[in-house]
Amino acid sequence: MIETAAAGSAPADAPVLVLVDHHDAGVRAPVLELLTVARGLGVVHAVWFGDGVEGALEQLGAYGVATVHQVTVGDGTAPLPPSAAEALAEVLVASGATTVLVSSTFENKEVAARLALVADAGLVVDASGVEREADGRVVTVQQAFASTWTVRAEVRAGRAVVALKANAAPAEPVEAPRTPHVLRHEVTLASDHGVRVVERTPRAASDRPELGEAQVVVVGGRGTEGDFSVVEELADALGGAVGATRVATDEGWIGHEAQIGQTGVTISPRLYIGAGVSGAVHHRGGMQASGTIVAVNNDPEAPIFEIADLGIVGDLFTVLPQATAEIRRLAAER
Amino acid sequence: MKIVVCVKHVPDLQAERRFTDDGRVDRGQGDGTLNELDENAVEAAVALVEAHGGEVVVLTMGPEDAEDAVRRGLQMGADTAVHVLDAAIEGSDAFGTAEVLAAAVRAIGAEGPVDLVVTGMASLDGLMSVVPSLLSAHLGLPQATLAAELTVDPEARTVRVRRELDHATEVLEASLPAVVSVTDQANEPRYPSFKGIMAARKKPVVTWTLADLGVDPSDVGEAGARTRVLEATPRPPREDRVLITDDGDAGLRLAAYLVENRLV
Ligand SMILES: Cc1cc2nc3c(=O)[nH]c(=O)nc-3n(C[C@H](O)[C@H](O)[C@H](O)COP(=O)(O)OP(=O)(O)OC[C@H]3O[C@@H](n4cnc5c(N)ncnc54)[C@H](O)[C@@H]3O)c2cc1C
Ligand SMILES: Cc1cc2nc3c(=O)[nH]c(=O)nc-3n(C[C@H](O)[C@H](O)[C@H](O)COP(=O)(O)OP(=O)(O)OC[C@H]3O[C@@H](n4cnc5c(N)ncnc54)[C@H](O)[C@@H]3O)c2cc1C
Repeated sequence: MIETAAAGSAPADAPVLVLVDHHDAGVRAPVLELLTVARGLGVVHAVWFGDGVEGALEQLGAYGVATVHQVTVGDGTAPLPPSAAEALAEVLVASGATTVLVSSTFENKEVAARLALVADAGLVVDASGVEREADGRVVTVQQAFASTWTVRAEVRAGRAVVALKANAAPAEPVEAPRTPHVLRHEVTLASDHGVRVVERTPRAASDRPELGEAQVVVVGGRGTEGDFSVVEELADALGGAVGATRVATDEGWIGHEAQIGQTGVTISPRLYIGAGVSGAVHHRGGMQASGTIVAVNNDPEAPIFEIADLGIVGDLFTVLPQATAEIRRLAAER
Repeated sequence: MKIVVCVKHVPDLQAERRFTDDGRVDRGQGDGTLNELDENAVEAAVALVEAHGGEVVVLTMGPEDAEDAVRRGLQMGADTAVHVLDAAIEGSDAFGTAEVLAAAVRAIGAEGPVDLVVTGMASLDGLMSVVPSLLSAHLGLPQATLAAELTVDPEARTVRVRRELDHATEVLEASLPAVVSVTDQANEPRYPSFKGIMAARKKPVVTWTLADLGVDPSDVGEAGARTRVLEATPRPPREDRVLITDDGDAGLRLAAYLVENRLV
């Protein structure tokens, strides 16, 4: 257990740690949103696990990062959440930070929870906003019960760990970028926490935007009867991602990673289009926070129409291709 | 094998869920159920014991009504049940919850070592998906969470989990005892049979208080919570909703709507 910070005691210049999710091609998009939000909370320190930080320094600087903590855990392979949390706790102490932001993925939520446990910090996950009050307290906003309620909460503990949902805020670079200062940390762990990775298969990157980060998502349900081509074509015309209901993923029509909902991915794009989707409560849980909801369903009684900004009673196999062609025609005209 | 399954009693997803004026989940409407995702956890545990022998203990923490959740677990084939019931628990955050559950697992372990703790992937009210990891930290046991597939090797004393993450598929192996969480992909939960329901009536539900577990009440509940809800408000319904029926031009109207709302 690391020393407890007194409630509301955060010095105004205490750094804010932001965990940087990255892959071969660089920083993942939600991180830029986190960095933008973090600038409103304090001096931004990024935490980067593993190698390759050099290629990202310029971008991190452009988003206002003052210092990057480059952390190598053990042999340098990506640590599992218990090890990542242990290493982050070391950086937390070394940096004097009182607030930590991560993006709200399943793994990061576990990292956040275990870090908060040892740091005596309050934890908020799936937040859509976070601010610091004049007296130093961290206040968050979350959507609850399938986004039918908005909850504002305050962190009472002296430290706060917050997992922010993707698309919580627009990413904006700073006006005067600078090159961050890099601090290296080599962390040796007492144990491997009793678990090892036997196999790890990265998912092939798709040409479409990532589901959780996309501004436009077109979703196919049982109504597609397994033919996702019209859904994909509309998504491509809009530069969006393709999602699915659990029925569609269970049927094997599309990979499980495309599942939107309570037990799949939670999305809040600017535009959600559901085709042949009934709008079951489990599905709504993952999409009801979307900006604009459009539904195409041939059953006028389908529950999804209760939450659709634009509902179209019709056959998806005629409505979608017509819309796709029109969107392409308009784009060509411009 | 001795397996403890953590099950939560949550407001029914299909009912209207709400917060009370002081920012708590309204649990007083009598339409709570066993968290659906914990049915996958019970199923996984019961199936493992059917395959390898042993016993399943279902564990819940929550108000009086929460007994329904463990009852359902007993009907599905668990052998015994523990209900941690104490007024001081009300208003617990994730840390209070994990501390109490960990203390209960230790107490269950005192009557014979526990090999595996199984949880659901999330509770359908809080949806945090952090309790399993916190439990693992409290108990000092390995964690293998979000299992879409789960196998135990009783000889080697290991558990193997296949999980699908946002960007990768992983196979993890942990040594027993361990904490695992299972997803809704892991299995198809059984419906309790008539026999199961009758048998469950005779199965014991033990009730423990914080004092029984040696947990300091100021650590948990409202008193120990590290976060506090300031305000919970229902979101206003979406305005200006339009429903049209396709007369042959709905695709064109969809495109026009997107243009008009600057979504393309
Ligand atoms: C524990 C648990 C967790 C779950 N988690 C999730 C989750 O995370 N995500 C999720 O999506 N589901 C989840 N589900 C499943 C969920 O309850 C629903 O069964 C599922 O969302 C329904 O998928 P659907 O809308 O594709 O199918 P259906 O409900 O069968 O709806 C198909 C719709 O397509 C319409 N349709 C048919 N043909 C056409 C056509 N030609 N043109 C236009 N419309 C047409 C029909 O009118 C109907 O409304 C979960 C269930 C459980 C029990
Ligand atoms: C809308 C909402 C938002 C919340 N936000 C926060 C927050 O930001 N920070 C915070 O610290 N707390 C928060 N809470 C409180 C938190 O949800 C509860 O403390 C809860 O007990 C733990 O989180 P969870 O229910 O989301 O569990 P999860 O981590 O989602 O649960 C996973 C599994 O753990 C087991 N489990 C969880 N609770 C119990 C139980 N009581 N008895 C038996 N098994 C259990 C089940 O197997 C379950 O499937 C929130 C609650 C709600 C309703």
